[in-house]
Formats: sequence, C-alpha cells, structure tokens
Amino acid sequence: MSDIVIKVENISKQYRLGKVGTGTLSHDINRWWHTIRGKEDPYLKIGEVNDRTTKGNSEYVWALRDINFNVRQGEVLGIIGKNGAGKSTLLKILSRTTSPTTGSVKARGRVASLLEVGTGFHPELTGRENIFMNGAILGMTRREIKSKFDEIVDFSGVEKYIDTPVKRYSSGMYVRLAFAVAAHLEPEILIVDEVLAVGDAEFQKKALGKMKDVSQGQGRTVLFVSHNMAAIKNLCTNGMIMTNGTCTFSGEINTAIDRYLKPNDENRQVQGIIEWPKGEQPGGDEVKLTSIRLLNEVNEVAHSFYTSSSITLEINYEILREVSGSRIVLQLLDKNGVVAFASTNHLSDGERKDRGFYSTTCIIPENLLNKGRYEIFLHIGIPGIKMLLKSQSFLSFDTILMGNQGSNFDENWTGVVAPRLQWKTIKMIRN
Amino acid sequence: MTESKDITTETWDLEISPKTGFLKFDFKEIWRYRDLLLLFIKRDFIAQYKQTVLGPLWHLIQPILTTIMFLLVFGRIAKIPTDGINPILFYITGITFWNYFTTCFTGTSNTFIANASIFGKVYFPRLVTPLATIASSLIRFGIQFLLLVAAMVWFSFKGEPLYFSLNWLLLIPLLILLAGTALGMGIIVSSLTTKYRDFQVLLSFGLQLLMYGTPVVYSLSYINTMKFAWLVKLNPLTPLMEGFRYALFGKGMVTTELLLYSTGFMLVTLFVGLALFNKVEKSFMDTV
Repeated sequence: MSDIVIKVENISKQYRLGKVGTGTLSHDINRWWHTIRGKEDPYLKIGEVNDRTTKGNSEYVWALRDINFNVRQGEVLGIIGKNGAGKSTLLKILSRTTSPTTGSVKARGRVASLLEVGTGFHPELTGRENIFMNGAILGMTRREIKSKFDEIVDFSGVEKYIDTPVKRYSSGMYVRLAFAVAAHLEPEILIVDEVLAVGDAEFQKKALGKMKDVSQGQGRTVLFVSHNMAAIKNLCTNGMIMTNGTCTFSGEINTAIDRYLKPNDENRQVQGIIEWPKGEQPGGDEVKLTSIRLLNEVNEVAHSFYTSSSITLEINYEILREVSGSRIVLQLLDKNGVVAFASTNHLSDGERKDRGFYSTTCIIPENLLNKGRYEIFLHIGIPGIKMLLKSQSFLSFDTILMGNQGSNFDENWTGVVAPRLQWKTIKMIRN
Repeated sequence: MTESKDITTETWDLEISPKTGFLKFDFKEIWRYRDLLLLFIKRDFIAQYKQTVLGPLWHLIQPILTTIMFLLVFGRIAKIPTDGINPILFYITGITFWNYFTTCFTGTSNTFIANASIFGKVYFPRLVTPLATIASSLIRFGIQFLLLVAAMVWFSFKGEPLYFSLNWLLLIPLLILLAGTALGMGIIVSSLTTKYRDFQVLLSFGLQLLMYGTPVVYSLSYINTMKFAWLVKLNPLTPLMEGFRYALFGKGMVTTELLLYSTGFMLVTLFVGLALFNKVEKSFMDTV
C-alpha cells in the first residue's frame, strides 16, 4: 500500500550566525569558487548542534540535522519540542518558504501552510477585499473563495464590518477574519504553526473545533506545531519530539507527550526529583532529607503535570534522633511568589518517630491547580519548640491546564489555583 | 511507520530539495496563480491612494508639475532645444515614459525586502509580485499617457500639427522592451539586495543619474556631435526614448540596429535576472 503523502529524507538546515558583512562576502566567494571547480561546499562540513543555551565556537549552526519521517494520508502529526528545537524551521522547509541545506522532501497533493494567520492582509483594504487577497495568497482560486465567501464571513463573525478597511478592526476581529479564511482552505496537506493561540476563549474553541473537523471529519493530513499540549493531545494521532534540531521520538501521540513531559538533564529549572549524597543532605541534628520526588499518576518521576491528574510529592528523610510532635509543612508558591496554599501532615502523622528512614507522601489532588509553574517550599519543625529544617524551595514543576473547567483547549484562567468546585443548577418552578 | 513499500508508485506532486536547475522556470505555476496576480495588481493600485481626496488624480498632478519645472529649468534657463517638438509635449513624453521605467525598476527592485513578511510565511511563485508591479504601473502609465494625448489634441487646436499616425503601433513593442528591461534590472537588484543592501543605496541615486544619461530632457540629435555622445548612445534605454518620440512625433534618431541592441540587452538582463531570482527565492528568507 502506498498511502505515504509526505516523505522527508535527511533534511538538514544550516544557518550562519552573526551579521552579514565583509566576512560573509569572503565566505560567499570561497563557496562559489568551490562550486565552480565542482567541489563540495567547504562550510557544510563544519557547524554545531543547535543548542541556544551554550555559546558555540563555530559561526555555523545546524538548525536541523538529518530529519527523516513519513506522514501517512489522514495522519495528524503533532510536532513538539522546546523553543529553538527546530520545529518552525522544519515547517518552513515543508511549506517552501526556505530550502533545506541537504536532503529532500516529497509530497503528494496540494500543500497549504498556515504559519501565521492573516498573511498578506493589507490594512488599507476592506475585509471583503482582504478575504480574496489572503485566500489567493494561500493558494485558493477566485472561484473557490467566492463559493466559500459567505461561509467565511459567517465563521468570522465580523459581517457588519466586512466593507471597512481592516486597519479599523480590533485585533480580535482581525484575527477572526484571518483565521476564518485559513480555516476554509481545502488542501490535501495542511501545515499549521501555533495559530490557535489567537482570539478570545470562545473563538479559540471554535478554531480548535474547526481544526478537528478538518483533520478527522475530512480525512486530511495535518502537521501541527504547538506548545499547547492539550490541543496537541486533542487533535493529533501521532507525535514527533524534536530536540536540538534532531528528531528524538516519533510515534503514538500519548507516548510522545508523556516522553516530552518527562524530566531530562537539560531541564534543570524544573525538575521532578532531587537527591542528596551523604554529607550534603539538608537538615539538622534531628532530621536530614535524602530525596524528594514528584510522581505522576502512574508513579513516574515528572516535572510537568496535567491539571486533570493528581501529583504525588514524596519526601524521603532520615530521623537521626527520636522526635515527637514534628510536622512537615508544604507551601506551594506560584511563579509570582504568591502562596497558593500551605498544608501539613501534622494532623495525620504527628506522633513520635524513632531513628530510621522514612518516606512521607502528599497527594495534590487533580483539578486544583491552575496552569503555570509552581515551586515547592518545605519546612520541618515541632511547632512552638524547634525548627528542624528551615523553609526553603526544593523543586519546581509545571502544570498544563487540561479540562479543569470543562473546556478542551488552553484557556487562560485567573487565580493561583483553579479548583473544580461543586456546582449545581436546578430549574425553579414558578406558580 | 515507514514499512510501506511505495517504490512502485514514486509519483510526487511536490519535491523540495536544496538545489534545482538554474533555469527551471515554472511558468505553468505562475499561470495557476493568475488570480493572485490580478489581486496584487488591484492592491498595488488601490492601496496607493486610499484615504486621499484626489485619488488617482495624483497620477496627473505629478507629471504636470514636473513638466512645468522642466520647462523652466531646461527650456528657459538652460535653453536646450527640443528637436522641433513643442517643449511641453516633449517633456510630458519624456516624463511619462521615464516614470514608467523608474516605477517598474524601483518597484521590482525591492521585491524580496518589501514582501519578506509574506514570503516568509507562505509559498507562492515569487515572480508574481514583480509581474504585478509591472502591470499595476502600466495602469498608472495609461493615465499619464492619456494626459499626453490630451495635450497633443489641445496643441493641435493651437496650430501644432496633429501627429496621429500608424507609427503609434510602434509604441507597443517599445513599451514591452522598456518594461522588460526594467523588470530584468529590477529583479537582478532585488536578488542581490537580499544579502547585500549596498545595491539599494546605489539604486536610490543611480536612477537619477541614469535619467541624465538618457535622452529624457534633451534629444540625441542635440548632443550627437558632443564628445560624450557615445556614452549616451551606449545606454540601451536611449534608442527606446528616441523611439517613443519617433513613434509619436516622427522625430528621433533611431535605427533597427539600435533597437536590436536594446532588445538584446533586455533579453540578457531578463535572462540573468530570472536565473538569479530563481536561485535566490528558495532561501532568501535566511539572509534577508
């Protein structure tokens, strides 16, 4: 069977760092001199792995290195990775706005890319004129646009302003109109980059729904880049993780997301585990911490969690001298340093402890936290008597909003926490 | 996910690779995007005068004021003869055709830089944009040409001969030559400026200098005996400007050889331009 619609073979992309100046001219001349003698480009041999955090020595960097993958007909491939991992460069190559340094891409069918909404919108032209303009830029013919015009206007919800120049539009209206055009494209292959992060919540929901229709209902092949894990999980069938310009995982979407969210050495800022070797363990004469771990619902160490699942904080420590009446206090701070809540094991677990190793766990329930980064502060003490471990920050973790409030997209919700509370509506019967 | 054997049906609609043939022009693709071309033409023309009261009338005001200026500076002060043609008609002719050349040239010369934001986001045949510039400038040219015709009719009432003749048909090939040269030179500059902006600086005053090196405000017959006349004759635009006046008024130093020279120049610039453009359009986003 031959249902592969995109075939990417050994794609690499090299960039030169720094400014264009006399240096580039001499390199260009040297490169040209090599090519007319039929030799290989001398600058292709050098170049460094794309890692923006370390300062490199070479002027050349590989934004992508040897990417290989195939996409099947009807597959919705989510491409995930950190900023600078090469996702956008890959999409740029696939949408032909830049060419690869080596390798080739083959595709079957019409390819349309949505790297941004509203490409080619001219501020002086009216909404109507811009629908035609934008549609044509995205590859639609005049007739196609005409036949979908009413649908587009209807979807955008800016009918009233359709004959007003778009420079008079609010930014929201502008984006709505732009997305409406894009959403009515009918290519066989659609390439989408982060465009859902526009408009208000209501519109985002609509946009996401439309994306889902396009991919699932109409069997189109979609390549989707986003940092919004909720959207990716919702839309995609397969996932590909990119790290420093290479593809590190490719497979089923849930596996891909789980892998991506797992901690790794490069991500020290947020980490799901901290262990101290002997001699460096924090604490005092009575108690010393040995390790702290954050576990997800399947007992794996993690540093990113869905808000729809619970988080287990596991504190491992050694009691060196018998204590009684001690308590562990957990304070959770949001990224602005606001205490989201404090909690203690005093009630459940305040009795005497003799020497030995202990493990205390605390479960932060699902549907409590908001989206964002939280920091874990811990202290151990006997209230009113003695501080055994001074309050300090140990771990941070990220949360990804998922379904707390019922919506299935990355909605902004206010508050340091976003608990799911008991709501009830009954219909009153009036006489 | 890669096991499927599709060696038997290796037919792809699209192939992207680092290098393509130097002269592989996909004119069929441009034809497929003809709707976009029309919209670009419309946009270029409409957007220019949105929110102005006089609108397209500005196309007329500019040549009128320039003609008055030329009349004063070159006619009255420098006293350069106009080959027996009414000086007003002479200058309007020069301005109309020269304007077309410069708008085409400057318009196409910043194709990549001016459209970087669109080109960086979506693919369509890049050549559509310079072609749209050429075409939308033609509308502007048409308006100015009507002014010229009106002036000719007006002066015929005042005793000037009425020049209309079959020679006017020559205007069409001459105009194509002019547009082709402007397009060729424009896309060469646009390809070079993606990386090295030096050419843009050169262009801004180079065009002004070029006007004085082309018989726009004087006729070739006037400077023909001067020492530097060969320089003006070397200019491939010279036969075109002289040709326009020959077609319109029956006066101008133009021969078939000279026109062939201009044609040859146009073909070479267009060829080089398209080749460069073709090469640059693939990866200019990385350097622009």
